Amino acid sequence: MHPFTLERPRDVAATLALRAQAGRNDAPAEYIAGGTDMIQLLQEYVRRPDRLVSLVGLLDNRIESGPQGLTIGAAATMADVASHPAVVQQYPVIAESLLESASPQVRNQATMAGNLMQRPRCPYFRDVGYDACNRRTPGSGCSAMIGVNRWHAVLGTSRSCIAAHASDVAVALVALDAAVELQGLGGRRTLPLDDFYRLPGDTPHIATVLQPGELITAIRVPASAAARRSHYLKVRDRASFEFALVSAAVALDMDGARIRQARVALGGVGTKPWRVPQVEKALVGGSLDSAVLRRAAVLAAQGARGSGHNDFKIELMQRVIVRAIQTVGARA
Amino acid sequence: MTNFDPERRELLKVGMVTGTALVVGELWLSAPADAAQASSAAPSRSAASAPIPVDVRLRVNGREHRLPLDPRTTLLDALREHLHLTGSKKGCGLGQCGACTVLMDGKRVKSCLSLAALVEGRDITTIEGLAQGDELHSLQVAFIERDAFQCGYCTPGQIMAGVACIEEGHAGSAQDIRGWMSGNVCRCGAYDNIVAAIQDAARAKRG
Repeated sequence: MHPFTLERPRDVAATLALRAQAGRNDAPAEYIAGGTDMIQLLQEYVRRPDRLVSLVGLLDNRIESGPQGLTIGAAATMADVASHPAVVQQYPVIAESLLESASPQVRNQATMAGNLMQRPRCPYFRDVGYDACNRRTPGSGCSAMIGVNRWHAVLGTSRSCIAAHASDVAVALVALDAAVELQGLGGRRTLPLDDFYRLPGDTPHIATVLQPGELITAIRVPASAAARRSHYLKVRDRASFEFALVSAAVALDMDGARIRQARVALGGVGTKPWRVPQVEKALVGGSLDSAVLRRAAVLAAQGARGSGHNDFKIELMQRVIVRAIQTVGARA
Repeated sequence: MTNFDPERRELLKVGMVTGTALVVGELWLSAPADAAQASSAAPSRSAASAPIPVDVRLRVNGREHRLPLDPRTTLLDALREHLHLTGSKKGCGLGQCGACTVLMDGKRVKSCLSLAALVEGRDITTIEGLAQGDELHSLQVAFIERDAFQCGYCTPGQIMAGVACIEEGHAGSAQDIRGWMSGNVCRCGAYDNIVAAIQDAARAKRG
């Protein structure tokens, strides 16, 4: 690890004043909470901040469920959220996406806000042996485009970066219209999670809209009938402890055998969690018949572009959507 | 290596000469006249790049420890290098293999993914703290009876994760155990016996 000064501030106000910049790969000061991704980045010299600002013990870790929705404190662990009875019963897609992530140990350590902030798993980003990575070193190029890009994104890519977003639960949260509460030097604000992430464009080293010092304090998920009938389907190279090749978070509001409302977001295929409103719209009023679902799912491929090894994802994501909807549709 | 390569021999000779020069250089630097200067210069040079140490209190296996640590020290390195509790193993150092698994406030974690300075006030249990005196934990006994290891390097992590797996109620079916033990890799491939040992200990616990 590059030498850093460890700051352990007493409260949130003192923390913000240190102006650590989360979500930027060129920042001289970074936050650390659960540490499960940050320690990997430090150990591999992917991140070399001069200062590390600890959030341990400073942020809320409560999980509260009410008629309006679910509030998850930033410091709640993945394991605590996954096993919370209200999450399991009323927001199954959240619990399932968490249980399909990482390992039991990591789920006990990793915080929910940290999960949303994790860096992509692009092997070229994570290996400083490769000089070219626009996300790690702005302007240096992209090794993945001419390298092995089986795991990479087909949606939201740019000429600078094709790294896929790594979080599973972010996909579930985007499908359920979740918002993140932020606190910064300028006060508090709430943003839809979908707007919180930036597309890579020409600045892939800036992953989110967070300002210096600003941090996530809570995640809010509105209650809905669809959330209660939701499911996360993850396709990957191993049955456990592996990132998604393609995943789908789906939530359905059914009117008998017909779909009243559908929400669909995809993981493993986008440079951020990828909501597909055109698919959702096409599903409304339809049945759970394979051919009907297939006609809607094909719309997910709009604008998708493979880089060679990952071309299969464009077909696979349509099949994953169909399978996920049929699974959750069959549930009582 | 039957073909003799004269170029390689030349390289070796050059290397030997350089090596000798370096040794002479070091002797010269530590010669009595310069000794005081050299020894005072060395620490200040390293201090310029080394971070400020932090005072860390750790509670491990019921005992309190106070250590001045480089802030980069992971919990695993603090346990192994500073407290000399070498039961927890370093496999990958990146959270992928699980050999470093310990319990923190009763929950299993990867000690290589935590900074020691950030786990103050937590109750840490390592493999050394599992037995009650001479009486092994039931899962330790089950590992021996089931021969659930070959080289043994992953074993402390497997046992700590297995203890937690049973405690959490995730040791029902073999399939359940395989899923919930997926954070622990065994390169000898002793998985069948590891699963059997966990099933034995879980059955014994249920009574």
